[in-house]
Amino acid sequence: MLTFDFMRHAFVASTFIAITCGLIGVFVVARNMSFLAHTLSEIGFAGASFGVFMGIAPLNGMLLFTLLSSITIGQMSAKESRREASISAISSLFVGLGILFLSLSNRNASYAINILFGSIIGISLADVYQLIILSGAIMIGLLIFYRYLVFDSYDPIGAQAQGLKTNLLSIYFLILLAVSVSIAAQIVGSLLVFILVTIPAFIAKYLAKSVPGMLAISVATALLGVWLGLWLGYLTNWPVTFFIATIEFGFYFIALLYHRRISR
Amino acid sequence: MTELVNAQHLGLAFSNRQVLKDLSFTIERGSMTSLIGPNGVGKTTLVRLLIGNLQPTEGQLVFNPDKQKLNIGYVPQFRNLEAEYPLSIRSFVSLNQLDSHLPWKSRKERQALDQILEQTHLTALQKTTVGNASGGEKQKAYLAQALISKPDLLILDESTASLDIETKEEVMALVAELNREHGLTVIFVTHDLELARKYTDQYLFLKRGQYEAGPMSQLDPNLELD
Repeated sequence: MLTFDFMRHAFVASTFIAITCGLIGVFVVARNMSFLAHTLSEIGFAGASFGVFMGIAPLNGMLLFTLLSSITIGQMSAKESRREASISAISSLFVGLGILFLSLSNRNASYAINILFGSIIGISLADVYQLIILSGAIMIGLLIFYRYLVFDSYDPIGAQAQGLKTNLLSIYFLILLAVSVSIAAQIVGSLLVFILVTIPAFIAKYLAKSVPGMLAISVATALLGVWLGLWLGYLTNWPVTFFIATIEFGFYFIALLYHRRISR
Repeated sequence: MTELVNAQHLGLAFSNRQVLKDLSFTIERGSMTSLIGPNGVGKTTLVRLLIGNLQPTEGQLVFNPDKQKLNIGYVPQFRNLEAEYPLSIRSFVSLNQLDSHLPWKSRKERQALDQILEQTHLTALQKTTVGNASGGEKQKAYLAQALISKPDLLILDESTASLDIETKEEVMALVAELNREHGLTVIFVTHDLELARKYTDQYLFLKRGQYEAGPMSQLDPNLELD
C-alpha cells in the first residue's frame, strides 16, 4: 500500500493532523467548545469555497476565514445564554456563503463534496509539507503555554483567581483552534471535524483522570482512527472519512460503556 | 509579628458610587483575620483590591514584601465544576504548579504535591475525581490548589458557605492547623460569626461608610449580620 506516493502522502499528513487534533481536542472538550469548533469548520467551508472562487488553495482560504473570524466568534459565543443562538446564526450564514462561492466559481459538485467530506487521498507533497508545518506550529503553540492553557481550560475560575490573563489565553487558544480545524478538514472534511477534534478527546475524558493521560489517549485514538481508516479505504475503495467516523464512534461507544460501568 | 499588608486611608469609588472609604488596617504575618460585614458592603471589592484585580482610587495598600514578590492565594466563592469533571484531586491541585513551562512535573514538583496533599489530608483521596468528591473534599482540593503555589497570604472567600456544619468545622480546623503549624496568614471572608469567632484571632468588620478592626475578643458578642 505504501509503495504508492499518494498513500504515503496521505499517511504522513494524517499522522501529523491526528496528533495535532488529538492534542487540541482535549482542550476543546475541557473548555466546552465542541460546537464552536464545528462552527469554525463551517466557516472553513466558506473559506475553502472562497479559495476555489478566487483561484487559491482551499486550505489557504480556510485558514484565512477561520483565523479572521475565530476571535469574533469566540466573543459572540462567550455568554452561555446566547451561545446556541450565536452559533446557529453564524453557521447558517457561513454555510450559505460557502454555497454562494462554489456556485460563483462554476466548479462541479465533486469539489463541494471534497471540501465537505474530506479528500486526503490525492494530497500533493507540497500540501503534506504545509500540513506538517501547520501541525508543528500548533504543537509548539500548545507547548509554550501548556500549563497556563491546562489551568485555564480545567479550572477557569481558579486560573483567574491566581491572576492568569485568561482573556488573552482564550484568544491564543482560539487561534490555535482555527488552524487545527482547518487542517482537520483536510482529512475528514469541514462537515465532520468532530471526528478528529472532539470525539477522541471525549473518549479520553471517559478513560483518564489526568491531563497527560487524556492527551495520550486522545492522540492514540485519533491516530488509530486515521491509520485504520486509510488502510480500510485503500482495501475497499470506500470513503476514508466513513471508516474514520465508524472507528471513532466504535471507540467512543466502548469508552462510554466502560465509563458507565466504573461510575456505578 | 511583622506586617504583611498595611492599608492606609484606602478608598474606592466607581463612577457614581463610593464603595470603600478611608479604610485603614493591618494584616500581621501569621494572623487569621475574619473579614465580615453585611451583603453589598464591599467585602469582595476589598478582596479584589488585595489580589490586585482593582486599584484603589484613594489611599494605598502597602505590602511587605512588595506586591510583585508577595504571593497571594485566593480561593473564590464559586467553582463551576460539573459532576462529570474528569480530573483527579491530585491533577486538579497540580493545575496551579506554574513555575515551569514543561508539560511534565519534575520530581521536586511531585514531592511538593505529595506534601500539600498530606497537609490538607487528601492523600487517600488523591485519585478520586473532583466530580465525585463531596462538598468538603472539593473545598479542601480548592484550598490545596491555592496552597501549592506557597502563598504568603491566603484569602478564603466564603469558602464554607455551601457546606454543612460538620464539614465547615472540618475545613476551618484544617485552615487553623495550617496557620498554626506553617505560619500561613489567612483572611477569611465570611457571614458565619460563629466560625469567625472560633477560628480567627482578628476581625475587620465593614459597615456602610464605617469599619471596625481589632482582636476577635473585642468583637461585640451580640453582633448579628444582616
